[in-house]
Amino acid sequence: MSVDVLIPETTDAAVEAFGDGTDITVIAGGTIVMQLLNYRRITVSKAMLLNKAGLSYLRQSDSTWTVGAMTPLSDLLGMFSPLGACAANVADHEVQYQATIGGNLCAPTPPEHPSGDLQGPLIALGATVRSVGAGGERTDGVEEFLASRAGRLVLDISFETPQAGAFAALDRPHTRHFTALAVSGVKSGDTVRLAATGVGPVGVRLLSAEAAAGDPEAAGNAALADAVLRDDALASAWYRERTLPSLVARVLNEIKEAS
Amino acid sequence: MNIVLNGVTVAIKSPPLASLLTVLREELNVTSTKVGCEQGGCGACTALVNGKPQRTCLTPIAAVDGASVTTVEGLGDSDHLTAVQQSFVNHYAAQCGFCTPAMIIAATAYLEGNGSSDREEIEEALKGHTCRCTGYQKIVSAVAAAVAETTFDLTVTTPSPNTVIKSGGQT
Repeated sequence: MSVDVLIPETTDAAVEAFGDGTDITVIAGGTIVMQLLNYRRITVSKAMLLNKAGLSYLRQSDSTWTVGAMTPLSDLLGMFSPLGACAANVADHEVQYQATIGGNLCAPTPPEHPSGDLQGPLIALGATVRSVGAGGERTDGVEEFLASRAGRLVLDISFETPQAGAFAALDRPHTRHFTALAVSGVKSGDTVRLAATGVGPVGVRLLSAEAAAGDPEAAGNAALADAVLRDDALASAWYRERTLPSLVARVLNEIKEAS
Repeated sequence: MNIVLNGVTVAIKSPPLASLLTVLREELNVTSTKVGCEQGGCGACTALVNGKPQRTCLTPIAAVDGASVTTVEGLGDSDHLTAVQQSFVNHYAAQCGFCTPAMIIAATAYLEGNGSSDREEIEEALKGHTCRCTGYQKIVSAVAAAVAETTFDLTVTTPSPNTVIKSGGQT
């Protein structure tokens, strides 16, 4: 079966080629889509590669950061926690050179394991996502974007430098690219935002835990109310239920120490 | 499409979404890059793309059109091994050999990035590579010894200008 492959050389050309996103498969770093193609889990009739579309950039203006969708995770390694720490926890060096922040936000969630590790820190940072698709350009919070990401092409992601941040994850067995459970936290002023991956189909904000953030242990237990736990190939719901509270408490204690 | 494979420009006929791994092995007969998990997890297919180690199983060939691709065949030959290759020989750092080409590629990138001989740092650098014989200790020792080499040579062996590599086979 022949595949129509588009390789736009400007962002405008990519936006035009994407249109409303109908029947087009976007390939950013390739670390997700190529797996699916290798295992014949998807068929592609039209694909767009973004590697020449001018979407790899990391810009800072005062405390505001704007990261192009095609920016590889390796470019985020030196950034503040939880974003830099989370990027360093993804897979390995080679994959970090290839995987992109935009692809991570759009990662589908297969039944075998969580995906989209960066969704947690980006939710905790209160990041916004600029995307195009049906209805034109839109800027959403990460949670809103994740709830309506079908048919959207991510252009860039923006967030502020936090006052303090922390990241904690379950150890990842060698040969497993995916993290079973991770928690991110950010403090800005008097506000603490918490989010997790591995407790739902996409990254989840831990609102109940935030409400109890003054008491790390209580907040850890409260986080269970925000989680939808299930078994997958990496961990059982039973295990996640017992480890989520400790990761939340660890993040809050680290934030307290950092600030 | 074309790539600069181990210093020589070669034309590619495979479809644009064929993986670089498939192109290397099935179109260009370069078999040091191994088909392992095809999910990016085992590391056995790693090659240098524009100098950076990359999973060829996760790389559509169209995304590397015009790029420089270096496999272990481009690092040295039996008469002129690089320091990393010689160190793998000296330290018996291969058992079945399946992971060895990619381990050498990753170790080469580590040394090019001024990696140290610290064993923990080497383990971190190679963490994306699985040795199914679990021969990690000797691999780490080999890389540490290569770092200590004072006459380190990473030269890519470039065939003479008259050498032509045709799509479908290497001559």
